[in-house]
Amino acid sequence: MTSLLPKGSMQRRLVIQLSLIALLLSLVLFVIVRGVAERAAADTQDNILAASATSIADALFAEGGQVRLELPYSALSMLGTISEDRVFYRVLVDGETLTGYDDLVAKAALGVPKQPEFSTFEYRGEQVRAVVVTRLVSSQSHQALVRIVVAQTRLGLVQISSRITLLAVAIGIAFFFVATGLSLWAAHSALAPLNRVAGAVTRRGPSDLRAVQTQAPAELVPLITALNSLIERLKSSLTRSEDFIVEAAHRVRTPLATVRTQAEVIHRGLEKSKNKTALREMIRAIDESSRSAGQLLDHAMVNFRADQFQTEAIDLRKLMAETVERLSPTAELKDISIITQDQGGDFDFDGDPILLQNALRNILDNAIKYSPADSNITVTLARDAHNHILSFADQGRGFAGANLSDHLQRFKRGTNVNDIVGSGLGLTIVDEVARAHGGLVEITNHTDPKGGGACVSFYLPLV
Amino acid sequence: MRFLLVEDSAQLARAVCERFALDGHAVDHATGLNDASAFVDTTNYDLILLDIMLPDGDGRDFLARHRQAKNKTPVIVLTARSQVSDRITLLDLGADDYVTKPFDFAELEARCRAVLRRQGGAAQNRLEFAGVILDPQEATLTANDTSQNLRNRELRLVEIFFAAPAQIFSKNHLMDRLFSLSEDVSENAIEVYVGRLRKKLAGTGAEIETVRSLGYRLVARP
Repeated sequence: MTSLLPKGSMQRRLVIQLSLIALLLSLVLFVIVRGVAERAAADTQDNILAASATSIADALFAEGGQVRLELPYSALSMLGTISEDRVFYRVLVDGETLTGYDDLVAKAALGVPKQPEFSTFEYRGEQVRAVVVTRLVSSQSHQALVRIVVAQTRLGLVQISSRITLLAVAIGIAFFFVATGLSLWAAHSALAPLNRVAGAVTRRGPSDLRAVQTQAPAELVPLITALNSLIERLKSSLTRSEDFIVEAAHRVRTPLATVRTQAEVIHRGLEKSKNKTALREMIRAIDESSRSAGQLLDHAMVNFRADQFQTEAIDLRKLMAETVERLSPTAELKDISIITQDQGGDFDFDGDPILLQNALRNILDNAIKYSPADSNITVTLARDAHNHILSFADQGRGFAGANLSDHLQRFKRGTNVNDIVGSGLGLTIVDEVARAHGGLVEITNHTDPKGGGACVSFYLPLV
Repeated sequence: MRFLLVEDSAQLARAVCERFALDGHAVDHATGLNDASAFVDTTNYDLILLDIMLPDGDGRDFLARHRQAKNKTPVIVLTARSQVSDRITLLDLGADDYVTKPFDFAELEARCRAVLRRQGGAAQNRLEFAGVILDPQEATLTANDTSQNLRNRELRLVEIFFAAPAQIFSKNHLMDRLFSLSEDVSENAIEVYVGRLRKKLAGTGAEIETVRSLGYRLVARP
């Protein structure tokens, strides 16, 4: 089976996409958190600046046509509560400095705006935030326009801002990791039904051609439907080929049977031995082809069943007795006696009865075929520490060839059997059946005072 | 013996009937299941040979009905199918045996014989000649109150002689009837079996006589 090379991974793709989204969201979160926090910090400074300027404005009074001020120190000290920043102020009356830093100039609108005006600029080499509060102070002669400017450096705000940035980064990273973790979990759980379906298909036995019935989400239903229709087609194709084999066997074998029977009838009526020999050879050729066809079908059947191996409890003693009974008419034809030796004990085994019966029949059929007339075949039921041993010993010509196990190979026949019809598949079938059951076949030539011959032993492991 | 052959191939049926006739059996031929039922209802058969794939149905259905009707006539199935699982179903359905097409006639005959022997009875098949009784079911030869067992080939040989006393059988003819065509045998194999038979007939009223250059025949001892 060729293994599929995967092209990309759905899970990886899903995780990467979800992670990218998480990254984007983290960045947005970072920007928003920092923006909001910095805005809040800046607003706080502005509010205090405005409060400070307003409290200075409230301390203005007119005295003798002059605008006077008693600077409330609390007005400046409240600015120190948020940071160590330096504070500058200037109070102008009609453009003239009343008190404060002469060079502190902040943008201000003309007239008297109700709201404090804020601005940011460079002053004495540092960024400052300034507020301008404008008031009209009435004295006896006229109304004086008073502007109070309060400015503060922004070092504290920068510090706060960098703290906030750090925090926002931390929140962003934490969010990214949590979101990536969740996306991993989500990808895994989204693909879980797919794995479940794959598992359900993988776990089933090779002969299980039922439709897949696993519960699956709607997205997987088309896949499962396609899989089931494939299984259905496979099943019907298997059935068709089985039917075909049966039908083909019938079509081929019936005419062969006709030819063979007619040839026998004619053979009986012939007088000339030359004609008789020719007809005999024809009959043998028919036997050979029908035997080969039969063995090929058996071989296909054995492979088929060994592939989808299914076992049931079997009594090997009973199976052996049935096989012997089935073949005894053929043996009797040649006056061959089949002697059963039973060493006792139980011969229970878990296996495929059809395969085992086929194997035993093949061994015994071989033994009969190669046995001379008036001989014995000894069938033995025995066991050793690990195996049931079913052996078949005949008094025939035995196995020839240097390597006896060659006989187990497909279409390999002994070097001494050209005069006997055979397909070279019998022992191959036997060997395959033994292997399917975890056993083995041993072929030897035995020497017995009453006449040596071939001995085939079929080993099946004890349960 | 009277056999019923249920087989749709006319040529095969004719050949089988002819072949059985050579051995002295009468065979009726039914081409389908309906014919077969009609034959079985009107005649008592010793044995039924049944094909499985028939134009008007499955031979296995016939077999099942046959057994349900408690009909004891033995059935040998002729099948072109060779899978062991098929064979098992056949035997479960009540077939006494089966033969896979194409069959060796010697094997078919042997199986018929085995099935009939298992069935028992049929004592009328005993043959007697010159005080010697041949019981094919028991495979024994009895004379002067002593029985001797016969092996398969001896039995078949003695049957041929007892069925037609005084008739001369050539070696060739006897070989054809005794050995399967797929076996390699020499002509003197017959001499071996005739020799064995002579030993078993020694001291009885019957003997096998050699007719020079023609063959053998069964005669009463003078």
